[in-house]
Amino acid sequence: MSRLTACIDAVKAANRKVLIPYLVAGDPDADTTVALMHQLVSDGADVIELGMPFSDPSSDGAIIQLGAERALRQGTGLHTVFGIVSSFRKTNHTTPIVLMGYLNPLEAIGYDSFVTQAADAGADGILIVDLPVSEAQSLLALTRPRNLDMIFLVAPTTTESRLDAICENSSGYIYYVSLKGVTGAAIIDTGEISERVSALRQRTMLPIVVGFGIKDTASANAMAAISDGVIVGSALVQKIGELTDSGKRDGAAIAGSTALIKQIRQSLDA
Amino acid sequence: MSALETVVPGAAPGTVPDTIASTGQDQFSGPDVHGHFGQYGGVFVGETLMAAVEELDRVYRKLSKEPSFWQAFDHDMKHYVGRPSPLYYAERLSKQFGGAKIVLKREDLNHTGAHKINNTIGQALLAKYMGKPRIIAETGAGQHGVASATVAARLGLECHVYMGAEDVQRQSANVYRMKLMGANVIPVTSGSRTLKDALNEALRDWATNVDNTYYIIGTVAGPHPYPMLVRDFQAIIGREARAQSLQEYGRLPDALVACVGGGSNAIGLFHPFLRDSDVAIYGVEAGGDGVETGRHAAPLSAGKPGVLHGNRTYVMSDANGQIMETHSVSAGLDYPGVGPEHAWLKDIGRANYVSVTDTEALDAFRMLCRLEGIIPALESAHGLAYACKLAATMRPDQFIVVNLSGRGDKDIHTVAKIDGITV
Repeated sequence: MSRLTACIDAVKAANRKVLIPYLVAGDPDADTTVALMHQLVSDGADVIELGMPFSDPSSDGAIIQLGAERALRQGTGLHTVFGIVSSFRKTNHTTPIVLMGYLNPLEAIGYDSFVTQAADAGADGILIVDLPVSEAQSLLALTRPRNLDMIFLVAPTTTESRLDAICENSSGYIYYVSLKGVTGAAIIDTGEISERVSALRQRTMLPIVVGFGIKDTASANAMAAISDGVIVGSALVQKIGELTDSGKRDGAAIAGSTALIKQIRQSLDA
Repeated sequence: MSALETVVPGAAPGTVPDTIASTGQDQFSGPDVHGHFGQYGGVFVGETLMAAVEELDRVYRKLSKEPSFWQAFDHDMKHYVGRPSPLYYAERLSKQFGGAKIVLKREDLNHTGAHKINNTIGQALLAKYMGKPRIIAETGAGQHGVASATVAARLGLECHVYMGAEDVQRQSANVYRMKLMGANVIPVTSGSRTLKDALNEALRDWATNVDNTYYIIGTVAGPHPYPMLVRDFQAIIGREARAQSLQEYGRLPDALVACVGGGSNAIGLFHPFLRDSDVAIYGVEAGGDGVETGRHAAPLSAGKPGVLHGNRTYVMSDANGQIMETHSVSAGLDYPGVGPEHAWLKDIGRANYVSVTDTEALDAFRMLCRLEGIIPALESAHGLAYACKLAATMRPDQFIVVNLSGRGDKDIHTVAKIDGITV
């Protein structure tokens, strides 16, 4: 069993909801990212999605694109991302890390090299936004032997025929996209999502977590009530952007930038 | 009916073009059902867009086999666009080089001044059939934006055009043309503020408004089925050129030359000739300051395979896989990727891809103005510059067909600025 599956099983067994914050590797710099990750764990994160910055993030909204641009200005590359994971793993052996990003950086270094380095560094899962299941077989053939989970998105527009292929090839969890749009968008229709998540439950035993547009305790509670947990990305990246602008990197400033995650944890557990 | 039309093989009004009717017979009838040209092409988009892309593929595969669809297309090509476009022997230009005849396929004479309208007419028919009231488009030089605004106005569709903020500045006349026709032009300020960023923003809009929106991609890139269907609409260029060559010269050309940004005018000219193995094919990329300087927009010449904007193809990216900024005097060629079918044609050796610099393109631009009284688009001037070099190496009894893909009215401010003149 992968570390990711074991972790989520334990959270569910304790009758809690999974909380997954997303941050961009290298935003504002590699050392601060590692500090932010440890802070997120102490705030109550169960899993961390670590964004691999890309110059052309066409599925993301403006907030995450700006985060990626800040990271790229620091020269962040995949070697930086693997370095951040290794560094985090020096003291944390339990919190699963999912690397999330776009395909071209993997194409540039080669899938084999990517999978080897990701696994060696201590990553647990991979989510490539612009890699649909139909094009993912060659990557899946490399991730399975290394016990890396491949996470795929399910969107409100996903057709029945695609759902089966996605469920069949996914492991770890299913990432349900709450809305039609990009990350950080505004409007969430709880009723429709609830129906879709229930339909997904008929097809898979995998945990289902909801992301896109979760920005506060209210939206987190609403989504957690109908799923196994929530992903919080843009709202956190926005706060990290403010941290960058402030120029401060001390413990208090870092804890301040992740306060939202702590609030959401407390709210989910209440 | 004109003499020209009568000889266009397989393209009598209302018949399915033979390039589409011949299914799955040889290596040139691609892509496969998954949209692959060899290892290139495919579908690489976020899950939210997958259903829309698959629906478009289903609709196009069905409609493209129906003669009535092509009847509507051919009708608009003749009566609205003004096709067929002439094949014109540029005699004075050719004589400068003392070699092969340089013959221009005059796409610059189309309504809206470029080949882009061929594609937007076709895709507008698809949007209408699919019942989408809202269209979006990305544009670089503004030609595709204008062509999209044009068909939207004609069909009464809402139209939003994404354009890099830098391109909005350097192509202000086209911005105004789009606005005159009722389109909403949205300047894109993210990233490098050029065509690739406009494409990102259009993809985001599409994901957000996927239920009521049709995305008219302007080139043979993007996820499958776009590279296939844009090619099929643009292939009218090559079908006409082939028939016109046979009629006027009694044989096929010795070589074809076209500029390649995303590559739609080039694939449109090349595709109907792919099986004619004696016809040499040259795609000309934007060399900018020179490929060796790194400041260029020539992914086939100096890039490597990767994934960008929905397909696998040659891209300009750094060692970390980040997409690099491109440089070209021509906004329409200023793009770090290229259509996947070109990537495949390069690998199998059926087409040759070369580059010319900004300076060479500007020289060709001026030469065509002075010798032939034709102001070409700076994009097309890249093809022309290479054709001039190529002609000099060939015999006078040979001929080259160059796709003069657009007219240069939109570029006069750019050229004047280089000359230090305020227009």
